[in-house]
Amino acid sequence: MNNFKTLMNGVVTENPTFVLLLGMCPTLGTTSSAINGFGMGIATLFVLVCSNVVISSIKNIIPDMVRIPAFVVVIASFVTLLQMVMQAYTPALYNSLGIFIPLIVVNCILLGRAEAFAAKNKVIPSFFDGLGMGLGFTMALTILGAIRELIGTGKIFSVSLFPEQYGMLLFVLAPGAFIALGYLIAVVNKIKGKA
Amino acid sequence: MKKLQSSLRNMLLVLTGICVIATGILAYVNQLTTGPIAQAKSAALKTAIAQVVSGFDNNPANEVETVTLTLEGKELTFKVYPATKNKQFIGAAVESVTLGFGGDLKVLVGFDPEGNILNYSILETSETPGLGSRAATWFQEGQKGSVIGLSPKEKALTVSKDGGEVQAITASTITSRAFLKAVNQAYMAYAKQETSQTTTQK
Repeated sequence: MNNFKTLMNGVVTENPTFVLLLGMCPTLGTTSSAINGFGMGIATLFVLVCSNVVISSIKNIIPDMVRIPAFVVVIASFVTLLQMVMQAYTPALYNSLGIFIPLIVVNCILLGRAEAFAAKNKVIPSFFDGLGMGLGFTMALTILGAIRELIGTGKIFSVSLFPEQYGMLLFVLAPGAFIALGYLIAVVNKIKGKA
Repeated sequence: MKKLQSSLRNMLLVLTGICVIATGILAYVNQLTTGPIAQAKSAALKTAIAQVVSGFDNNPANEVETVTLTLEGKELTFKVYPATKNKQFIGAAVESVTLGFGGDLKVLVGFDPEGNILNYSILETSETPGLGSRAATWFQEGQKGSVIGLSPKEKALTVSKDGGEVQAITASTITSRAFLKAVNQAYMAYAKQETSQTTTQK
């Protein structure tokens, strides 16, 4: 498989959110606005690319029986690193994402890609796989966040499109996340079915 | 390169090695970011203080005093940042924490010497975005639930649902109650701080 195909695999064919349904907790939790979803996606993208590259480059020195703890240590290190850097240089984004940053550690997309792809492939394809999956995740979260923000508050990326009182509060709350995600997956399946 | 065997020696060595390297990198980054993190926090605090009590010429963040109150059987600590102009006391910013809808709600409230609310700023919140998080603007001057200029001196501020005069945030009564509780507690801490100061001055 060439690199471009690997990249598009993550964005479209095996989109982690719409197709594999991985990482549902941050997907539903952080997408109350487009910018939050986007920020979470980028943070995950960073950790995903770094951990994929490191894991695929050290895969040969890791004995099979301890590979999971080794992967978790690598992923957790990158998340902690990201958390400290964000707290220092982008405190506003750090505050709005809050608890979801440390929770990237237990996002199953990361361990899933480490186990299913990085542990079996070379560094370059692993990089593109991480990039593709990260972009797919970011795209999905941004779309979901934008839809919820628009229906819930009448804004997209804080730009007001219609007065806030006509918004459906439900969509900003947890049930709205499930409803919006359900319809999105239905639409994606419909389009994919045609192709 | 062939994959290493899963012998006990290999497993111990590799896992320990990975952990040591990871710890080393993290310790280094931690050292690099400690400064900027503290800076970002104190900068945020300074902006917040300047927002809630304006016109001071001292550095309230450096003259912080802690006040301990026993409320509902719990001992709570408040930080009071006194603001002075030409050595004249012009008010104080009080940091107060209550439990909101989604977690701790940390509010900085500014009082003038008479105990009227000058302004407030939300320092930390985990309220629902789009609902409870609107507390940041809802209680400001000119907004529906404005608390600016009110004083919790005579009686504690409450939402209209509880018989008070402050209009709660639509669909976020819990956040509104938590916010007003934080304001009331801040006032109690402020009043205590002020009386203890005037008695020591006499």
